[in-house]
Amino acid sequence: MHTFSLQPEARVYIGAVHAHGHAHDHEHQAVPSDPALRTKALESLLVEKGLVDPAALDTLVDAFENKIGPRNGARVVARAWVDPEYKKRLLVDGGSAIAELGYAGSQGEHLIAVENTPQVHNLVVCTLCSCYPWAVLGLPPVWYKSAPYRSRAVIDPRGVLREFGLELPEETEIRVWDSTAEIRYLVVPERPVGTENLSEDDLAALVSRDSMIGTAKVFAPKPKP
Amino acid sequence: MNGIHDLGGMHGMGPIVREENEPVFHEPWEGRVYAITRAIGAFGKWNLDASRHAIEMLPPADYLRMSYYEKWLARNIGLLIRHGIITREEIETGKAATEAAPALRRLSAAEAAAHANRRDRYSRPDAAAVARFVVGDRVRARNMNPEGHTRLPRYARGKQGVISRHHGIFVFPDTNAHFQGEQPQHLYSVRFAARELWGDEASPRDCVHLDLWDPYLDHA
Repeated sequence: MHTFSLQPEARVYIGAVHAHGHAHDHEHQAVPSDPALRTKALESLLVEKGLVDPAALDTLVDAFENKIGPRNGARVVARAWVDPEYKKRLLVDGGSAIAELGYAGSQGEHLIAVENTPQVHNLVVCTLCSCYPWAVLGLPPVWYKSAPYRSRAVIDPRGVLREFGLELPEETEIRVWDSTAEIRYLVVPERPVGTENLSEDDLAALVSRDSMIGTAKVFAPKPKP
Repeated sequence: MNGIHDLGGMHGMGPIVREENEPVFHEPWEGRVYAITRAIGAFGKWNLDASRHAIEMLPPADYLRMSYYEKWLARNIGLLIRHGIITREEIETGKAATEAAPALRRLSAAEAAAHANRRDRYSRPDAAAVARFVVGDRVRARNMNPEGHTRLPRYARGKQGVISRHHGIFVFPDTNAHFQGEQPQHLYSVRFAARELWGDEASPRDCVHLDLWDPYLDHA
């Protein structure tokens, strides 16, 4: 059992602001300032109390490091590109369509796929927190959760896309999806020209995470010299 | 609440910093915080909305300063203390003060893989709620400023949009976050023209869609 002795100054106080009268604890909460130590203290405590199994934590970490990630979404997109019937089903009922490929996890139940076309470009954000389609994209990158992206994606989507190296013509309609409820959004990027002969697996390999958030396009592989 | 978490439309937050080949977790502790969050969520003592609200309650300066998983860690500790599962003294000493653990669901290693893929359901199709709007209706988001949790961002309040999709009936975060019941309500995708939200400088073609519950809206 590890113990951690803490200096008073090495504390971060949370929960200090609580103005609206709901029945909560109003006291400050003191915890050590170093997150790695604090996490270790918390895990040890929960394990000691018999509330958490460290092996279960290992499994959860492994699932998101190795199994649930943007490769899942890329397979969905590639299938939609090669199979028009699948694409129809995906656009009508995203949750069921990703379940066909075996993806239907946390935050994936209410999934809506939005399709990019030459006229419409979709961009996904969560201005209020960090909602993201875990089942098909895994956990979000830091920039997606950051204040700069969350603040600007809705007011200046063209500027944001420019920062990602994507300049869209004035005529293109940009549709921003702010994930304010439990609906999750997956962008189906445009299939690049010159990929007619690629296999579904090769197509999936082209589909980047960012293209399924809407901050990138998908490009055909450069011809081999 | 009109909190710092409601970031949409703010200026001055700086450039978007991207990282090539970003790992899922930058440090082992981040993965542990994520996994602990899922494991303690399985206790069923609080819900997703309460959990979000706990992060919104962080002091604004801390909210902006702390990394994502630091916020999750602070939130987890706060929720565990608030719900009487651990004490402040225990987290400060890292040592359990009481032997008897509260009777809570302990996620086993065998369950964890399925739990990672668990379907969280927030739709309540059988709930009795009246839909006041249909697709195509012009609506105005209410100018409301509740001190508690809400999912109607400030930037859309008072603005006019059009119902573009009816999602069904869903748990209402404004009550659920405060343990006042799920009180399910109809949920819609509402399309707001960029110019309605941001003025004439915005592109005449662009729009923002928000998912908004029936009580957030009035007929325009």
